[in-house]
Amino acid sequence: MLGLTKRDAGLLAIVAALCIFAPFILNPFPEGSGMAQFNAGYPDLMQRLVIFGIFAIGFNILFGLTGYLSFGHAAFLGVGSYAAIWMMKLLTMNVIPAIIISVLVAGLFSLLVGYISLRRSGIYFSILTLAFAQMSYALAYSVLTPITGGETGLQPKYTDPRILDGALEGGATPQANLFGLSMKSSTELNIGDWVFTFNAGYYIAAFVMLIAFYLSIRIFRSPFGMMLRAVKSNQQRMNYTGLNSKPYTLAAFVISGMYAGLAGGLLVAMDTQVGAERMFWTASGEVVIMTILGGAGTLIGPVLGAGLIKYMENIVSKINKTVLEQWFAFMPDGIEDLLVTLVYPFVGKGWHLTLGLVFMLVVIFLPGGLVEGGSRVGNMFRRKKTDTDTPAGKTTPAE
Amino acid sequence: MSTFNPTRRGLIQTGVVAGAGLALPTYLRADGHSGFTNAPTGDTVTLGFNVPQSGPYADEGADELRAFELAVEHLNGEGDGGMLQTFSSKALDGTGIMGKKVQFVTGDTQTKSDAARASAKSMIEKDGAVMISGGSSSGVAVAVQALCQEAGVIFMAGLTHSNDTTGKDRKANGFRHFFNSYMSGAALAPILAAEYGADRKAYHLTADYNWGYTTEEAVRSSTEALGWETVAAVKTPLTSTDFSSYIAPVIQSGADVLVLNHYGGNMINSLTNAVQFGLRDQTVNGKNFEIIVPLYSELMARGAGANIKGIIGSQNWDWSLEDKLGSRYAGTNAFVKSFGTKYGFPPSQAAHTCYVQTLLYADAVTRGGSFNPCSVDEALTDFEFDGLGNGPTLYRGDDHQCFKDVLVVRGKENPENEFDLVEIVEVTAADKVTYAADHPQFAGGSLGTCNPGA
Repeated sequence: MLGLTKRDAGLLAIVAALCIFAPFILNPFPEGSGMAQFNAGYPDLMQRLVIFGIFAIGFNILFGLTGYLSFGHAAFLGVGSYAAIWMMKLLTMNVIPAIIISVLVAGLFSLLVGYISLRRSGIYFSILTLAFAQMSYALAYSVLTPITGGETGLQPKYTDPRILDGALEGGATPQANLFGLSMKSSTELNIGDWVFTFNAGYYIAAFVMLIAFYLSIRIFRSPFGMMLRAVKSNQQRMNYTGLNSKPYTLAAFVISGMYAGLAGGLLVAMDTQVGAERMFWTASGEVVIMTILGGAGTLIGPVLGAGLIKYMENIVSKINKTVLEQWFAFMPDGIEDLLVTLVYPFVGKGWHLTLGLVFMLVVIFLPGGLVEGGSRVGNMFRRKKTDTDTPAGKTTPAE
Repeated sequence: MSTFNPTRRGLIQTGVVAGAGLALPTYLRADGHSGFTNAPTGDTVTLGFNVPQSGPYADEGADELRAFELAVEHLNGEGDGGMLQTFSSKALDGTGIMGKKVQFVTGDTQTKSDAARASAKSMIEKDGAVMISGGSSSGVAVAVQALCQEAGVIFMAGLTHSNDTTGKDRKANGFRHFFNSYMSGAALAPILAAEYGADRKAYHLTADYNWGYTTEEAVRSSTEALGWETVAAVKTPLTSTDFSSYIAPVIQSGADVLVLNHYGGNMINSLTNAVQFGLRDQTVNGKNFEIIVPLYSELMARGAGANIKGIIGSQNWDWSLEDKLGSRYAGTNAFVKSFGTKYGFPPSQAAHTCYVQTLLYADAVTRGGSFNPCSVDEALTDFEFDGLGNGPTLYRGDDHQCFKDVLVVRGKENPENEFDLVEIVEVTAADKVTYAADHPQFAGGSLGTCNPGA
């Protein structure tokens, strides 16, 4: 189906099902119960999950296939965002032109950065991309303030020209839409105590992510993808055989930059505001962590990693002292205080600490990321079969 | 290539599934069952307090959060009631808001507009907050105010001093109790001219975002009107922590006054740098070199330590106001007492404005009889009140800005204790800092109409 093997088509179908039923899957606890704290099925977070999924899928095309570790991918996301918001300010609040232009502009920018940075490999390449990203951040933050709004950021206003849309009345808020369908419009389904929210913006973002995921599968399985893997396993040997690897790496860089731009454009489509912070180096580091956490070089890994990180950022960080006290209220006073003191540093503001621990555990015990964890669990139930197939229980690399 | 070869059964099955899918929306009900976003249904109502818990304004954020907690306690009838006793409107009776117990959720804005909006969105979408308050940066306040307008909830701005919040970025769903750059400039200029003379040369260091811009503009235009000259104005990034490289050129510029349009951690660092460079010991053009901080706060004074002594600035409120200037500022002592009892130190002006905003919201809901943003809007429009620590105050309907007295203060030379850091130089009456809603410094915006959401 769609030029995919049965296995890949199955994977795509699973991801599609996850996307479609996300409002149910992410809201497992009834409204008003103590566990409702852990529900993640609200539009803003669901949108972020799929958008950062796209970002990580794109990053994985570069890092997972060629092994080039870019530390500046947030710059492309930011450039895409600024391009999208300017489209909304100048042309129309419809998200289509904004998303298209964000991909194109990010592609051009990554062509420039890639052309220069790819002259070096390894750590030098990483530092070059980091330098470019920090330069872009500094430009957006202070030098190019008239274009980027600096610290204040950019938002569409009713005073913007917007030549394709009719003029808005004074003080009206322009809303991002898809041919009139507002990104914010949601319908709610109440079943018993459960409330499930279906948001237009989320489904549009999820649809785009499915396309992005499908393209990434095709790239992984194509001869082009094979060349990129060759770059990762031994670029020197590849060069000695007379192959120029640079066009391949540059193409991978630009493709992954365009994915980042697409994510940036979608972020603006869902929440019409851009701040320079999204280009900061920590944002670039975040996508690296997402990819490694989920499993670099695997198809679904980056999506899982992005989901886990965004979930923790939005859910774990919101558990404050009062919530903890509610949880442990049933215990005797002394133990309650002790538990609150022990757990508190790891939640709320300290969610980074928890993330760090999870990351360490994954890197130490599951070098292949969450995907490896999943396949190990799978193997436990399929021990007999795999034993006969591959004696060692795992495949040996070709090198 | 797949072939399309339907069977009769297949067609019927697909038809049924598609029909069910199409019919599904009729079983789904749209948002906003009661005509506005997040209408409280049970016996509780949720407010969202979105403050910086990290970044340059983290101290202010922590104090704001304390004030919010205190306000919620008082609204729910716990504690000693604080300003509820002195507030001129008696609609609130300590049983929550309209009989619903007040609950709150908190979030970290990180002093970044992206993070602030994400946090506010999750409060609105996940926690069902019907009002968002907080903010310690005008960049954040403007971003979150726009979000609240879009989502159809009320935004009660906390600490935000930029003209833009109620100027070119004003919104019908947003309200500000705090004073603004224009008021600072108008209150400061006459005092500065009296203290330092009318022929000064000023050098501005300005935080590079909307608050910095409007504060610079306000101080500049009001001091230039009195004869001062502006030598240069340099913008500094909000995230800077070391200002040495910006201070060095000041000495060569021939200026004899340095205006620090900085706030929070920024101001503490830039002032400390300036004092370390010996600026205040210099004599330029035959006059003592002076430093001015247009927006002052007790928290900053505490952070800057001895460097703040003798430096002039403006404030919205001060905890010693009622003691020093009498019962016109009633409410101050009641608030300081309950805050002090709970936390062990006096509140900052950031805490005060957040506390007052929460009470004002609760009062407006009660008087209007509904949590609907449009009802709150109506109840607050041109609302005159007293007893909240600032003297008689007007919530102007044209731009949702409060008008009240502005304090001009100076860092105390000999503080009696660690909290008594500022002395009040003068109180500028509200009518002297009042401006037309379409004043050039505020032009280019429109409130629009209140948005109740769905």
